[in-house]
Amino acid sequence: MRLEKCYFCSSTIYPGHGTMFVRNDSKMFRFCRSKCHAAFKHKRNPRKVRWTKAFRKAAGKEMAIDSTFEFEKRRNVPVRYDRELMATTVKAIKRISEIRAKRERVFYKNRMSSNKEREKAENIREIQTNIELIGAPSAKIKAQIAKVTEKMQQNSDMEIL
Amino acid sequence: MALYNFKRIQPVPPANDFLDIVLSKTQRKTPTVIHKNYKIGRIRQFYMRKVKFTQDSFEEKLKAMLEEFPKLDDIHPFYSDLMNVLYDKDHYKIALGQINTARHLIDQVAKEYVRLLKFGDSLYRCKQLKKAALGRMATIMKRQKDSLVYLEQVRQHLARLPSIDPNTRTLLICGYPNVGKSSFMNKITRADVDVQPYAFTTKSLFVGHMDYRYLRWQVIDTPGILDHPLEQMNTIEMQSVTALAHLRACIMFFMDLSEQCGYSVKDQITLYQNVKPLFVNKPTFIVINKIDVTRPEDLPEDEQIMLKEIAERDGAQIVQLSCHTDEGVIDVRNTACDKLLAARVDFKLKGNKINEVINKIHLAEPIARDDIPRTPFIPEQVKGRPLYDMKDPKRRKLERDLEAEGGGPGVFSVDLKKKYLLKNDEWKYDAIPEIIDGKNIIDFVDPDIAEKLDALEREEQKLEAEGYYDSAEEMVDSEEEETKRLAEIIKEKKKLIIQAHRAKKMMKNRPVMPRTVITKSVEEMEEQLGQLGLDASAIRGRSLTRKRKRTETDDMDVDYPPSSPQASRSISVARSKSAVRDRSIAGLADTKQQKETEKQKKLSQRKSNLLAKVGESDRSIKVKRPKHLFSSKMTNGKKDWR
Repeated sequence: MRLEKCYFCSSTIYPGHGTMFVRNDSKMFRFCRSKCHAAFKHKRNPRKVRWTKAFRKAAGKEMAIDSTFEFEKRRNVPVRYDRELMATTVKAIKRISEIRAKRERVFYKNRMSSNKEREKAENIREIQTNIELIGAPSAKIKAQIAKVTEKMQQNSDMEIL
Repeated sequence: MALYNFKRIQPVPPANDFLDIVLSKTQRKTPTVIHKNYKIGRIRQFYMRKVKFTQDSFEEKLKAMLEEFPKLDDIHPFYSDLMNVLYDKDHYKIALGQINTARHLIDQVAKEYVRLLKFGDSLYRCKQLKKAALGRMATIMKRQKDSLVYLEQVRQHLARLPSIDPNTRTLLICGYPNVGKSSFMNKITRADVDVQPYAFTTKSLFVGHMDYRYLRWQVIDTPGILDHPLEQMNTIEMQSVTALAHLRACIMFFMDLSEQCGYSVKDQITLYQNVKPLFVNKPTFIVINKIDVTRPEDLPEDEQIMLKEIAERDGAQIVQLSCHTDEGVIDVRNTACDKLLAARVDFKLKGNKINEVINKIHLAEPIARDDIPRTPFIPEQVKGRPLYDMKDPKRRKLERDLEAEGGGPGVFSVDLKKKYLLKNDEWKYDAIPEIIDGKNIIDFVDPDIAEKLDALEREEQKLEAEGYYDSAEEMVDSEEEETKRLAEIIKEKKKLIIQAHRAKKMMKNRPVMPRTVITKSVEEMEEQLGQLGLDASAIRGRSLTRKRKRTETDDMDVDYPPSSPQASRSISVARSKSAVRDRSIAGLADTKQQKETEKQKKLSQRKSNLLAKVGESDRSIKVKRPKHLFSSKMTNGKKDWR
């Protein structure tokens, strides 16, 4: 019994789930659900469909290169059963996934780090253009806006300098 | 065997019939009527056609006959000799030659008369010419009367000849008359040859077939031969001689030592010596028949010696049998067949065709490459093991013994793990995990996983030391916080506006009131302004304080009763738009009248409503399929479309 990966979205397929298509050159295609099967039948490229693992990895949305990936591999070399080896393996699996999760968190954080500046600018623009929606702009608020804008400009000037 | 099958020759009609056939065919297959208006050219054509057609028919028939009859030079010498004996070669050849000549003559006649017909100047002349032509052809044919009769007889006789294959395995039985040749034939084959106690019962060749060693054998029974020179032999004897001379067969010379046949042993031996030249190079047997009466041992000394002498001289084998008691019949047959088979193989080996076969047969015998002996390898463990013995109580336990102990087939399940080769035998029966946390364990199994994991841990420590995992908590100042809050409120507001707009748009295709018509209440405006933080009291103040006063003139109008709302309004409000009137109350003075009208209406409708009758106001389609829309046969639309 093996857990297979969906051909289209790369999700895990547990035994007894999903469907399999065997092409006439005997290549097997497993699908986790009819959605993936239908997409395959429409000849969609999983690298171009945004919700698949393949897309996310190719587009840099997820960690794709890491030493933790080196452990899980289909080694087509039969290894004689060894109870100790099995025990270490099971322990190793836990540890590896822990490390990977940690690294993925950092990866995500790094990926999102550049968003902050953009968000700030967006907020200011929003306030400048649409302040009337929440109240008649009083002198106080207007002054506040002016101040923030000025500060922003200074910052950007300094960066340019 | 199909090679010499003379049964397919077509019957040869006698001369008169022949003529009838050809002439009636001409009559049937050519035009018969000449009309008045025929030009002379056409008449000439008409008769020429008749002449040519007749000639063609003769030609066709005669040619077929010449082709069908076997040509003596082309067939197997056995058959050609047999035919010579039976029908006389010269006679046969002359008959066929005459037919051939007749064919040529008819051809000549036809040519001549066709040439003459070209110059025929009248219908009568042409007709006479045709008549002459056919007459001459008929005469030629009639002259062949005798040959035709002869050929027909030959054909009938040929068709009845036994179909002898001259090339196959053949046993040929010969000897003096009445020595028991046919009896032997009847014994070994299924042929039913007539056997009678007088000489020359068998007057022609007979063929029987038998099976031996899964092969088909041909046995030929010949008529008896008498001991006199070849020239004096009659047709019956000559057939035997032909067969003896030409068939490459096993010769079985039958002898009757009891002399019941009426010929002495000495006569028989002389006959053997006379016909012996015909047996050269053929396996020969001297078959002593009727041993139930006389055996060779019973003969006088000199005859015994003679018999042995002749046998020894040409390598003939003496065998004995008795058709009466069946003694030795099968033995004789078997020895004869075996010898013939061996002789045939020998003959083939001597021939030049054998090289073609031998070239194809190749028996490879590898040469030893060195002197190292390459003995089979038997492991020591196996060598020491005692031989398995079912009766030995201390015998090895086999898997089948275990099966029997474990409840027999169907109950016992084989222990497949028993012979696993593991580091520790205790592990043999471990349940091996396959899946953990959505991963295949087997994909991680690697003999040096420990080292790899160590390397990973080291890498991890290094990264931690480098501060890879440090999360730089950024300070958020209050101003930024405030901006963020405000922006969020604005976004929220925007969202609400969009939602409201979309909700309005849900009305899709329904009529939309123009903006100018839609009135908004003062309360709504007040609320909206209040939300924006503006004071709306200035607007509201006016509508709250000012009220319309009733003028004096209103009260003075006495024409309208003061209770009527219409009256007061007509004065106060200037109508800006056309009011929609309810037509059901048009022309009615007041509510009382309205109520009365309603009552009367219901009353009048009660009956029809009770009967559920169709009223005037009910929707109905009077004519379901109006004729003018459906009456035409137009394919492309109906009339009302045009």
